Amino acid sequence: MGDPALSRRGFLAASAAAGMGMTALTACGGDSNGGSSGTTTIEWWNISTTEPSKTVWAALARKFEAQNPKVKVKIVQMENDAYKSKMTALTASGKLPDIFHTWGGGVLKQQVDAGLVENLTDRTKPWGDALLPVAREPYLIDEQAYGIPFDIGMIGFWYNKALFEKAGIAEPPTTWDSFLDAVRKLKTAKVTPLALAGKEKWPGMYYWAYLAMRTAGAEALQKAYDDKDFTGAPFVEAGEHLEELVGLQPFQKGHLGAAYSTPTGQAATVGNGKAAMELMGQWAPTVQADAGKGLGKDLGFFPFPAVEGGKGTITEVFGGGGGHALRRGAPQEAVDFLKFFASEATDLELVKKTGVLPVVPAAESAIADPNIKAVQAQLKAATGFQLYLDQAYAPAVGQEVNDSVAALIAGSKSPGQVAQSITKTAKEEQ
Amino acid sequence: MTSTFLPDKRTGPGAGSPPPAAERRPPGRARRRALHWLTAAGFQLPALVLFMGLVLLPMLFALYAAFFRWGGFGMPSDYIGGENFTRLFQDEVFLGDLWRCLVLVVLSLAIQLPFALAMAVLLNQRMRGRAVYRMLFFAPYVLSEAITGILFGMIFAPDDGFADQVLGKVGLEGLGGEWFADPSTVMATVFLVMTWKYFGFHMMLYLAGLQAVPRELTEAALIDGASAWQRFRNVTLPLLAPTLRISVFLSVIGAIQLFDLVWVTTAGGPDHHSETMAVTMFQYGFKRYQVGYASAISVVMFGISLVFALAYQRFVLRRDLEGATTTMRGDGK
Repeated sequence: MGDPALSRRGFLAASAAAGMGMTALTACGGDSNGGSSGTTTIEWWNISTTEPSKTVWAALARKFEAQNPKVKVKIVQMENDAYKSKMTALTASGKLPDIFHTWGGGVLKQQVDAGLVENLTDRTKPWGDALLPVAREPYLIDEQAYGIPFDIGMIGFWYNKALFEKAGIAEPPTTWDSFLDAVRKLKTAKVTPLALAGKEKWPGMYYWAYLAMRTAGAEALQKAYDDKDFTGAPFVEAGEHLEELVGLQPFQKGHLGAAYSTPTGQAATVGNGKAAMELMGQWAPTVQADAGKGLGKDLGFFPFPAVEGGKGTITEVFGGGGGHALRRGAPQEAVDFLKFFASEATDLELVKKTGVLPVVPAAESAIADPNIKAVQAQLKAATGFQLYLDQAYAPAVGQEVNDSVAALIAGSKSPGQVAQSITKTAKEEQ
Repeated sequence: MTSTFLPDKRTGPGAGSPPPAAERRPPGRARRRALHWLTAAGFQLPALVLFMGLVLLPMLFALYAAFFRWGGFGMPSDYIGGENFTRLFQDEVFLGDLWRCLVLVVLSLAIQLPFALAMAVLLNQRMRGRAVYRMLFFAPYVLSEAITGILFGMIFAPDDGFADQVLGKVGLEGLGGEWFADPSTVMATVFLVMTWKYFGFHMMLYLAGLQAVPRELTEAALIDGASAWQRFRNVTLPLLAPTLRISVFLSVIGAIQLFDLVWVTTAGGPDHHSETMAVTMFQYGFKRYQVGYASAISVVMFGISLVFALAYQRFVLRRDLEGATTTMRGDGK
């Protein structure tokens, strides 16, 4: 038996290494694959820090280990924002974990361009192609698959039916004008219409992005990025519509400093019935129930309303999903794990227990929640799709959108200035 | 600098090897000298390697990267001269950072340090529970910045937070507000938290300084009929001056490099109103992947700190640090 001081030292060394040298650790893990002992350890970085996903995912990893006795899955979980920062540092160092969370789009493309990501096109051939096309979309770069989805979804308004009733709103609004009316009615009924996490900026970006899709059409955001020009009239108009909304003071008190998933954040504000709506993705119900009490049967979903006279329609969808990519040179076991994670059995479990939307067509029948069904129906009938801007665009441009829109909501930038700032950054970037 | 360092002849490296034939000086002395240097180098090598690898090289690399448009992948290759720096001084956020840094320095010197001094003077008197108070006031300094940040994020949550609740209970709702969430109050709130966190540290410095003030001097002044204020102003304060100078120095450098507390509480928001240079650097380096530009920010931050540190040592700490970095005259003897 060891001397206690020694084992404590070992523990300290291990925690120091975990804190400082993830990179080094990952590198070691990668290089010593299939070592003499015969077991392979694969590292799996994900952002499922909230329940029930956290437990379900860990159980799935154990199940995979049971099916593959020679493989160990090491789970590293990080909160969304911390994960993004950490990945930036890791990307710069050139060493990524075996399996890591990705949203696809511009960030994944940068990692691919840096030669850090495994091309999965051939290695996932039969089963990968069978996944839902809309779910695979964000991970396809030049027709090559660099990620495997486990979730797909969209942004829309999650609302409190009881509060809508209290304010006398019979039907969820389908046009921007009727949406503004609903906001006014809620204000009159002394209900905070919207919750917003201003500190984190990305939730504010959803408003501008959707408005731009509605005024300029679904293809316009990608086109503007490719042309490096966001100064077109519809983009300025999108900002003006957002300004109209901000002018009604619809957000909760202190929204400029609010976080998203903390106990006083956006999700909790809606989940505790203190605000009537939030514009958020398909994960919203889970986080509302985790950070706050959750609304249960009172929770409803409606798509972002159409803007009168705009080129876009209410059936065009802004969203994205979640997926996993592999570092270049990841062992075959990591591919096996992706296959396991995208299998019908796993997907059924994920859909039933964690509220994600199915990526395996056969798992669709498992959706029980009426709201998730509504999201799924909306997605399947989508006539256009745009990935989250902070993922679709190169990071600098995505962040500039977030930053400029946050400034617009804080009242320090005009719609025109927002369009110009984004254009300026887009031009600098390439 | 006379060294008291005497290497052990028997075990030092190179012991037993004969002195070089060409050596003219007495062999024993030369050998001792060589041994002396060898041992010194041997002991310093590990520290030197670590310092070079983890401090000096990254610093030099940041200076190099600041002249490139570089996204952080591979080696920098797109040389753009001083463009990052010209962009920096046209960047409203960065200019705002400089202004906010100045505000924090002024507030620290005008409020935080005098407050710490007052507390130190109070707690230097004989009183019941003195040790408990000292410990209590010092405790925040021991907490990590992240914990402090999360704690005050909850305390200052609008409406539901502890601060607004307490103010409401005692009928001072008017004083409550949005704290971190309002552009006009965010800096004051950040400063409040900073003061809470750091005044205990400065208080401890001052307490240590006060203990070194000889009682005879204050007693003599008392006998000469000096009032309490006169005793403080003319006896205690001058004798405390070296401590004050060090504390001001630490406070200013801390304000220039402020990051963790701001990052956790506000992330620089709302709308950049609490952003500091370090936060801006982080945003560009780790969120936007504009590592070249972020390097330029860090270089300017380093420059400001260096210029301040050298000037302060040269002109203010001159008497305290005879013969240190900025003068060549003193040799410490």
